[in-house]
Amino acid sequence: MIEAEGLGRTFKVRGSLVHAVRDLSFTVEAGEFVGCLGPNGAGKSTTIKMLTGILAPTTGRLRVAGFDPTRRRTALARRIGVVFGQRTTLWWDLPLKDSFELVRLLYKVDRVTFRRRLDELCEVLDLSHFLRTPVRQLSLGQRMRGEVAAALLHDPPLLILDEPTIGLDVVSKAGVRDFLGALNAERGTTVLLTTHDLGDVERLCRRVVLIDHGRLAFDGTVTQLRALVPGEVTIEDAVARLYLSSRPDPRTRHPRPAPDPPSVTA
Amino acid sequence: MSAVLRTYVLLVWTWTRAAAQYPVSFALMAAGVVVTGGLDIAVIWVIFSNTTTLGGFTLDEVMFLHGTAFLSFTVADLLFGNVDRIGRHIKAGTLDVMLIRPASLFVQVAADRFAPHRVGRVIQAAAVLSVGLARLDVPAGRTWMIPVMVVSGIVIFTALWALGGAVQFLLTEAPELANSLTYGGATLTQYPLSVYGDRLVIGVTFVVPLAFVNWQPGLYVLGRPDPLGLPYVLRFLSPAAALVTALAAALAWRAGIRRYRSTGS
Repeated sequence: MIEAEGLGRTFKVRGSLVHAVRDLSFTVEAGEFVGCLGPNGAGKSTTIKMLTGILAPTTGRLRVAGFDPTRRRTALARRIGVVFGQRTTLWWDLPLKDSFELVRLLYKVDRVTFRRRLDELCEVLDLSHFLRTPVRQLSLGQRMRGEVAAALLHDPPLLILDEPTIGLDVVSKAGVRDFLGALNAERGTTVLLTTHDLGDVERLCRRVVLIDHGRLAFDGTVTQLRALVPGEVTIEDAVARLYLSSRPDPRTRHPRPAPDPPSVTA
Repeated sequence: MSAVLRTYVLLVWTWTRAAAQYPVSFALMAAGVVVTGGLDIAVIWVIFSNTTTLGGFTLDEVMFLHGTAFLSFTVADLLFGNVDRIGRHIKAGTLDVMLIRPASLFVQVAADRFAPHRVGRVIQAAAVLSVGLARLDVPAGRTWMIPVMVVSGIVIFTALWALGGAVQFLLTEAPELANSLTYGGATLTQYPLSVYGDRLVIGVTFVVPLAFVNWQPGLYVLGRPDPLGLPYVLRFLSPAAALVTALAAALAWRAGIRRYRSTGS
């Protein structure tokens, strides 16, 4: 479903070249549920943006759902669903159902399929009682459920979510998680999500990809991730250890040149 | 092409309904448009109450030149003017959301926050042109040029907006650059180019093709000699100028998307 090989993206910041992502290679098979972790500024969002065709990679080869995202952006858009936790894809001033109708027309979903799909999504995401409410009046939890529904109305085989549970309360978070788990298990939809909430990872992801300093720092199962640190540790501890191990040593006066993060591929 | 048009109409309709959520704001903006547009016409009226010709052209001829350029500009502004907001979309991250939809980015940006109140200015421009034409005696054999020049003008202004938008992929702070060409161009073409210096006229003929919006084809319709003595054939080159500008704009736009850097998380 996703094939990335030697993927890299540089940005010019005030004359100097910054490598946001470098030499990133990984594949995601159809039906997988993958969590993408990494500290702030590690290159997760840049990676997601390259996968979705928003940013063109500077180096490497990339295929998502059978397409080169940069060359076939609109063809790819029909085959993937994208949810941004911190951006809205809905029309702020219009009722939620109007945004859905617009998605139907933009993605060319026929009326019957749309009706059936919307009914299903309304039921599992519990949308029915605010379908007619303007999006600007929805709570964050309601809106996020709306965003997820909008991303799935065209029934994409791949769903990519960038921090979908950010800012949600415990109940809303559980609702979104349960839904994503069921979507993957029952419909076989491939899911890739980025998050800082390790609860998302423990509950949902069979596989974890950790990006740090723009490189792949770990790729394996949650159990393997935990086993990286000796003793009985929580996943939080294991991840914290991985993040910290790649930082410059605070005891040295002058920060060392950025060391290579430990690269563990399981 | 028809799919692109359908998407555009769909988005415009959606934004119009969104705008209808704020009726007072709509009414105020519509009123503002009529007032500012009226001022443009008042300026011409003031000029002609002090003189009988402007740059060698009579009031009716100036109304014709003003009307055609203004009609091109207002239609382009209504349909595609919002392309100059692309810098804001880049900074706010809304461009990312547009890029994940299966629709042309240009169409989405152009339709975004479609401003139906701008229809008022199109009507105003059409009125000025109609009055000018009614009082002129344009030979029937030359009227065909009028729709050709208006459409070419729409394409030229739209292309200038797209060029300005493409530049904003590199310099997000540069919407004024595009505006100096489009809004500036609209003001410039309100008057016969003969009132300006020769160098400016050469510049807007061969560099930024604003002279092809109304000046060159207008000389043909009015049957006037070119004050600068430029080749007669230029009068018929508006569609070609429009095509070249549009091609340049399309290339720049694609290059701009390639260089898009996105923002934040």
